[in-house]
Amino acid sequence: MVTQNGNHDKTLVVVQLSGGNDTLNTVVPYNDGLYYDFRQTVQLDGDAVHPISDDLAFNPSMGPIKRLWDEGKVAVINGIGYPNPNRSHFRSMDIWHTAMPDDIGREGWLGRTTRELDPAGDNVLTAVNFGRGMPRALGVRGVPVASVGNLETYGLFPDVQDEFMRKYALDAFAKMYGGAQGRDAVMDFLGQTGTDALKGADILRTAPEQYQSSVEYAANPIAQSLKSVAQVMLADLGTRIFYTQHGSFDTHSGELVSHAKLWDEVAGGIGDFYDDLREHGRENDAVIFVFSEFGRRIKDNGSGTDHGSGGTAFVIGGDVSGGLYGQYPSLAPDMQLEGDLHYNNDFRMTYSTLLERWFHLDSEPIVNGRFEQFEFLPA
Amino acid sequence: MTTTTTDVALMAHLMRRAGFGANREELEGKVDRGYENVVEDLLHPSADNRENLPDDLIRRYHVDQSELRQLDGAGAYWMYQMITTNHPLEEKLALFWHSLFATGYSKLNQARALLNQIDMFKRTGFGSFRDILIELSKDPAMIIWLDNNDNHDGAINENYGRELLELFSMGIGNYSEDDIKEASRAFTGWTLKNAEYMSMRAMKDSIWPYSRIAWHFEFREHDHDTGEKEFLGERGEFDGAEIVDIICKQDATARFVCTRLFQFFAADEIDEDGEAAIEQMMASYFESDYEIRSVLRTLFNSEYFKGEAARYARVKAPVETVVGAVRMAGTYRQPTLGVNQLASQAFYMGQGLLQPPTVEGWHEGVEWIDSGSLVERVNFAAKELGNPSNPGVRAIVDRLVRDGGTAQSAADIVDGCLDLMGPLQVEDNTREAMVEFASQFGDIDLDAEESVAAVANVMRLIASSKEYQLA
Repeated sequence: MVTQNGNHDKTLVVVQLSGGNDTLNTVVPYNDGLYYDFRQTVQLDGDAVHPISDDLAFNPSMGPIKRLWDEGKVAVINGIGYPNPNRSHFRSMDIWHTAMPDDIGREGWLGRTTRELDPAGDNVLTAVNFGRGMPRALGVRGVPVASVGNLETYGLFPDVQDEFMRKYALDAFAKMYGGAQGRDAVMDFLGQTGTDALKGADILRTAPEQYQSSVEYAANPIAQSLKSVAQVMLADLGTRIFYTQHGSFDTHSGELVSHAKLWDEVAGGIGDFYDDLREHGRENDAVIFVFSEFGRRIKDNGSGTDHGSGGTAFVIGGDVSGGLYGQYPSLAPDMQLEGDLHYNNDFRMTYSTLLERWFHLDSEPIVNGRFEQFEFLPA
Repeated sequence: MTTTTTDVALMAHLMRRAGFGANREELEGKVDRGYENVVEDLLHPSADNRENLPDDLIRRYHVDQSELRQLDGAGAYWMYQMITTNHPLEEKLALFWHSLFATGYSKLNQARALLNQIDMFKRTGFGSFRDILIELSKDPAMIIWLDNNDNHDGAINENYGRELLELFSMGIGNYSEDDIKEASRAFTGWTLKNAEYMSMRAMKDSIWPYSRIAWHFEFREHDHDTGEKEFLGERGEFDGAEIVDIICKQDATARFVCTRLFQFFAADEIDEDGEAAIEQMMASYFESDYEIRSVLRTLFNSEYFKGEAARYARVKAPVETVVGAVRMAGTYRQPTLGVNQLASQAFYMGQGLLQPPTVEGWHEGVEWIDSGSLVERVNFAAKELGNPSNPGVRAIVDRLVRDGGTAQSAADIVDGCLDLMGPLQVEDNTREAMVEFASQFGDIDLDAEESVAAVANVMRLIASSKEYQLA
């Protein structure tokens, strides 16, 4: 929403790279002989990558992100991870979602953040997920989160083609759920939840109608999700957290082809999204956080790469101080962790930085501890 | 109400709880057979009259459901069985044990081992709770899930011992930390036949870290702590089986198991009468030597279960929502490509089969509902039951005509559909909204083809109501 002095809400846009993004072929140590030794097959051409320093370069498919890097808007967090890395997709993703590496957590870190941002639950759209099924990161009991498969058709009865029939059914739904006092607490709760869902859908539906832009997003799912984010964000509906994901980055085989396509889609979508915000003078209101549950094995398997540890995250936005953060892990055999990259900064440092410096929230209760912060956002 | 409609309503209640619902013809057949006989039929699924979709047919059409290593295919495979079975309580009870002994794909990366566990629940689930706990302690998926392969003589891993007491049998507050340690000692050496090979494979193969081969239980005498233990006040050189013996005779265990069964099959909330029903179940538990079949018989035949208080006193779990709507709509009776989507649908609603969020399982009851999951529930059930070309929807229209003739008012149609889809009791406000909605179609002549669509739209609305969220 627009505040009295004309400022817009600060929003966080999460892009989850599901499946385990290959760090070595994303931020490439293109002048390190060990890279070419270990990656006999799944190897990028040193002349095709986009150098960002003497040692590191972006994947050739990351052109749009390189362009933002050149503008100083991209923070690259190398060596991000957590102690005792877990190489199961599900468990590792849970750790990132709950910010609890040791115990099994129930609450998602962004669900907790949503509760802090909107303690009374006044806005059913404080957090919006684009995709089917709620990521655990957003799950906290009693915190409403809208989960949107497709913004154009979002809501109830999307399969009903006849617009009049759908309207009649929606009116009837509103009446069924909106009755005064139900017969017991469960009925009241169902009534309230249904009414919230309907309200969220009604408000969200207005976003594409108001939206105008010269940016043309690609037809792939992540670009379309980011377009939806832009539509909702530009409609000023009070949403503070957007969640999107793309995949599968689980490139056990045929990696060079599939990984290039995935990054074409992600980098293209992010570049378009940034341009879209810039066209509307809003690029300083969003921070994009890109992460994956783990990196991949240093040595390739002849066609792809297996599950590893030690990843790369990105924070992108108008207010971001671009540059390299963390340490790029060494590929030297004696510095490896069971054939994987060692992490050197806890992911909760990045979470804390985002929470404290972007949302001005106390990070400790959300990430379950006090962590050092990075300088990629102003204090 | 006449006796007949009361009987149908009671039978519908039993079939929603002990199964995934039944259509009107099935219910009438069961009313003729008699309530207590139907309870016995449900409690004794026999091998010789199975009607569920045969494995060879499923596998011919679904390669992913043949090896069953992957999560999606495995969840869909189990869902097929729930949709097509004529022994619904066997499946429902397996779902209960899966909710209680929640074991997940996230750690195992091996869906076949999980389905073997589910098969074990179907094989042993009606029997003695003692046998169930012994089988559970030997189950390879459980051994990996709770690290009992790392539980060694002289170096115990307490994970299984702790959850056995806390989550699987007695509940917190009924034992000490020392009891956990002593129980863990008794389960040392209960491991897997090929544990070392598997951990070697795990170093090399991150797609199938616990390997592609089948897992088997092995008792390793040399790694078993044979020393004396003190457990819940008793002393002896206990083995895991003797620990289970001691657990099973505790009042706390009887109360824990009967309460969980009550909440899964009877009502989310426990009132005073519900407490009395649990006491009856506990008595059956001890009288029958811990037999779950006897405990369920007591519950289903109890006045509490048959009475008003238990009617629609549970929020449907997502899997019940999906399977119930599909069975009523009469869809997916043959192998269909979309069946993997069904398992995903339940996941979108908050319950992925074989992927409980934690070892605690799912938070059930009213916690199934949030704004995101409600939209998924409504859209799924409304689509299945609002489609006039689905055979179950068509059958309800035919039945309306048979019972009430072809010319019916909007209120007749709504009441007729509410009856045939439940019978479902709805709040006055809900019914008013439905009648108002149905009135847009004017006078309905059920002979006309467009009227089938009109009835289907009424069914769509009923499937989206608050009341339909309850079982």
